[in-house]
Amino acid sequence: MNSFANTPHSKPLETDRRMVKVSARDVCVRYGDKLALKHVDLDMECNQVTALIGPSGCGKSTFLRCINRMNDLIEGASVSGSLMLDGQDIYDRELDPVLLRARVGMVFQKPNPFPKSIYENVAYGPRIHGMANTRDELDEIVMTSLEKAGLLAEVKDRLEESGTGLSGGQQQRLCIARAIAVSPEVILMDEPCSALDPIATAKVEELIDELRQNFTIVIVTHSMQQAARVSQKTAFFHLGELIEVGETEEMFTTPRHSLTQGYITGRFG
Amino acid sequence: MTEMSQTVTAPTDAAARKARQDARLRKRHAAERRFRALGIASIIIALTFLGLLFTTIIGKGYTAFMQSHLTLEVYFDPAEIDPAGTRDPQALATANYIALARQSLQDLFPEATSRNDRRQMNALLSVGADLELRRMVEANPEIIGTTQRVVLPASADVDMVVKGHIGRDAVEGGRVSQQQLDWIAHLEAQDMLALQFNTRFFTAGDSREPELAGIKGAVMGSFYAMLVTVALSFPLGVATAIYLEEFAPKNRWTDLIEVNINNLAAVPSIVFGLLGLAVFLQFFNLPRSAPLVGGLVLTLMSLPTIIIASRAALKAVPPSIRQAATGLGASKLQVVLHHVLPLAMPGILTGTIIALAQALGETAPLLMIGMVAFVVDIPGGPFDPATALPVQIFLWADAPERAFVERTSAAIIVLLGFLAVMNIVAIILRKKFERRW
Amino acid sequence: MQLLPLVIALLVLTSIGYYLGRGRALTMAGGSSRNLHSLPGYYGFYVALWCGIPAFLVLAAWLAFEPTLVRALVMNSLPPSAQALPEGELRLLMNEVRQFAGGRSYGREPSEIVIAAAEYYTSLKTTGFAALIVFSLSLAVAGLAWGRKRIHQQLRARVSVERAVKVFLIISSTIAVFTTIGIVMSLLFESIRFFQAVPPMEFLFGLNWSPQTAIRADQVGSSGAFGAVPLFAGTLLISLIAMTVAVPVGLFSAIYMAEYAPSRVRAVVKPLLEVLAGIPTVVYGFFAALTVAPFLRDSGSVLGLSVASESALAAGLVMGIMIIPFISSLSDDVITSVPHSLRQGSYGLGATKSETIRQVVIPAALPGIVGGVLLAASRAIGETMIVVMAAGLAANLTANPFEAVTTVTVQIVTLLVGDQEFDSPKTLAAFALGLVLFCVTLVLNVVALHVVRKYREKYD
Repeated sequence: MNSFANTPHSKPLETDRRMVKVSARDVCVRYGDKLALKHVDLDMECNQVTALIGPSGCGKSTFLRCINRMNDLIEGASVSGSLMLDGQDIYDRELDPVLLRARVGMVFQKPNPFPKSIYENVAYGPRIHGMANTRDELDEIVMTSLEKAGLLAEVKDRLEESGTGLSGGQQQRLCIARAIAVSPEVILMDEPCSALDPIATAKVEELIDELRQNFTIVIVTHSMQQAARVSQKTAFFHLGELIEVGETEEMFTTPRHSLTQGYITGRFG
Repeated sequence: MTEMSQTVTAPTDAAARKARQDARLRKRHAAERRFRALGIASIIIALTFLGLLFTTIIGKGYTAFMQSHLTLEVYFDPAEIDPAGTRDPQALATANYIALARQSLQDLFPEATSRNDRRQMNALLSVGADLELRRMVEANPEIIGTTQRVVLPASADVDMVVKGHIGRDAVEGGRVSQQQLDWIAHLEAQDMLALQFNTRFFTAGDSREPELAGIKGAVMGSFYAMLVTVALSFPLGVATAIYLEEFAPKNRWTDLIEVNINNLAAVPSIVFGLLGLAVFLQFFNLPRSAPLVGGLVLTLMSLPTIIIASRAALKAVPPSIRQAATGLGASKLQVVLHHVLPLAMPGILTGTIIALAQALGETAPLLMIGMVAFVVDIPGGPFDPATALPVQIFLWADAPERAFVERTSAAIIVLLGFLAVMNIVAIILRKKFERRW
Repeated sequence: MQLLPLVIALLVLTSIGYYLGRGRALTMAGGSSRNLHSLPGYYGFYVALWCGIPAFLVLAAWLAFEPTLVRALVMNSLPPSAQALPEGELRLLMNEVRQFAGGRSYGREPSEIVIAAAEYYTSLKTTGFAALIVFSLSLAVAGLAWGRKRIHQQLRARVSVERAVKVFLIISSTIAVFTTIGIVMSLLFESIRFFQAVPPMEFLFGLNWSPQTAIRADQVGSSGAFGAVPLFAGTLLISLIAMTVAVPVGLFSAIYMAEYAPSRVRAVVKPLLEVLAGIPTVVYGFFAALTVAPFLRDSGSVLGLSVASESALAAGLVMGIMIIPFISSLSDDVITSVPHSLRQGSYGLGATKSETIRQVVIPAALPGIVGGVLLAASRAIGETMIVVMAAGLAANLTANPFEAVTTVTVQIVTLLVGDQEFDSPKTLAAFALGLVLFCVTLVLNVVALHVVRKYREKYD
């Protein structure tokens, strides 16, 4: 336990009794010549919220985007090392990234609903993945997703209105509903509350905690308080390196690495 | 002494400096006003020309929408039309109908007996009267042997007199003699010669006779050419824009394509005409004068404009939309077709309409591929020989008859009308669907 | 031609393919799209593509090459005496054959050769078209069957369909390149043939242009004169007049609009100026020939000047008006993109508005303005209809704006409009002129775009 704090990638990882959903080994990301992520080893477990924290430009978002291969879209980005989802290589040439993204959903920093109706926003994913054979089945999926996202009560009567007309917090929950409508196994969240006010943030955080029952959640956050509130496990990144990883409670009370301590006590970041 | 002079000169110095400064300032402000006036004058010059152009064209052209017609009592003489009495369609088609109309004129003016007088009298009627009467008989052979009140087109010269483009006093060597002017006055007094709405202008093809010439052939030619242009340039332009904006890697090849597109947008239109002549006519042996070829050339011309506008519209769609759809597991093509393209569509359509308006007004390349022929028949499809509206304007502008000036201007009014409608639609589209992200 | 029914038949087959493919995929998956790799519609498109693409490719190839092929076959069938005819007469003969086969008379009794050839022509056409119908339809049906057979639950139909679409996108994007290649090739080939008859030096530096004499090849002194300098000079003169009108007016309008005009004036004047750009050039040509040229001639005679009725001045003046909006809108963009900090620096020193514009804004915007002026100049040089309608035909080498001059574009039009033998130096000369025109405008455009881009990079 003591030993892995200093050199996280050279030692076997603590595995707990939980099931590992996503596991990263020696993951490096290059943007052109620049090495943005250096040899990251990290396990993310089922029904847990894993928070990725660290100062800006530390590589936490880059790592998150590796998990559903959103980095494929950036020209000049290349990923090495191994990333496994349930033991299956995410970067397998045979694996269609489109199918991967149906299993690994994503919620973005800024709420980005499609400029379509609320219903269409949620129905889009199930539709392109052929998850419903009839209109009733589709309705069912849309309703349960909105329900799970805690939005149904607020929008029940205006499903045909534009998703962009909602408030910021509602928009973000709509985006979460949209993501869970394709019933993914993992949900990635890239600073989901950074554009929201405190009340909306509280609601989303509550929602994240509930969603943990059914999904594996990985969340990038700027706010340490948020990481402490929602996550069970925290990983601290600095300059493209994974510095420290551990149980959230432990990490915030007794950080092992001086950089981690500096960051959580607000000396830099 | 020195002190004295100092105290004396100091205030005058200051005053002089102040005066100099004021003068300078006045000069600077005058320069400012002059500069500003130059700007206003420039705009006034440009707008004056615009106004002059429109007033000239409309002033010269609006009269062409009315046309002088003679109302005559015509006796459908069986001896002239169908001497054998068989009602044989062949005989009916070849009879000398204009003689009937001339006869009724003769009845009106029995004093015209000499050959010269009768020739002048016959010149009041348009030769198109022949066709008009034939159509009547062919539609209803029953009227043979009866007398009917018939409205027939007057000749272009009469029309010019009625509209006041030719003076009421005969000029030596003029197109209209004093005798004819007297007849015209008489017919007008009898209400037998009057202006009517010129439907023929919109329903007829080209003709050597100004009073019979219409723009329908040219409009249909333009229509078929534009049909080909829309059908090809819109999908190809949008596809190119999508590829370059959404799919293409950044490399030398795509750079080359971009440079090419930018340069093609500025290549003179006549060069596209030369391309059409050499490639479509000489190499592929496509039919000369056909709207199909015109459409192909105009497609190549309008592609760069459409591509550039479409790329701008695609670029304006925020990346967050793409990310959202990608994150849900939409494939790249699904992202583009389901989200990006629909959002960019108003911008793309605006650009396309503007490009098509440019293509519709284009003349020079069509001259190269032979769409400049004298075509009387109204084309029935993109393979038939045809001319186009701007080319028709060019052809009529070259015709010596005074009456064609008015028709040229009228055709320009119609062309400008089409262009105005297209541009207004584009503006409305932009206003209505413009989205600020 | 019965092309339309064939196209419709192919389209119907293609849509049948779509429904068959979609239906088969759904049946295989037991009615639920969840058991399929892709959405059922993709299986439909998969079969439709197999059905439609080969058939339509065949159709397109036939459309492109059938006329050439039939023509060559008919030409070969002609008796040797007819084949020995000179190029021009052979063309006329072939025209007659086509006209006769189409049931139209050619104005004279057709000879036996023509009748025989026309019969052969008609039979070729009919058999060729019958073969096309059979071949393309069977190809479509075969493609349909093949595509349908390949469908199974794990078939990655979406990936295949998307690949096909991407190929279409890539092909579309190459059309621009092919257009440029087509322009260069067609101009170059014909020009080379022209330069075999007329040495390039004589063409580029000769002072005498009179291609008209070359019509009758058997005449004495038939070679014609192809010295293009008078055309270049005429083009330059008219463009120069146009630019002297357009540059100051356009530039000052842009300055006023960008710096002085209240937004309400701007909102009205800017679109009005753009109307000037939207008017077809044939309208300007008509205006120049009908109004401006007679006005200049009459006012010239009042002042005791002799102004030709097709003077360079009239064409240049109207062309200048046409170009005003290009210069004003480009300069307007450039001037408004000059950063405000520069202006504020100047105001802070107590400069007036016009001093700021003249000494700070314009120098900063100069590269962009120069780029715009170059683009406008290229536009003026390549402009055709105004000069065709308002400038002269005679190639005078003069710098007097009151005289009639001719331009490169006018000569291209006069050389090529009407029925001509395609291979005489006269028509080929038009392509040589086109090549010069293309090169000059290309250089101007490349320089202008480069200058403008450099400018944009500086302030963006």
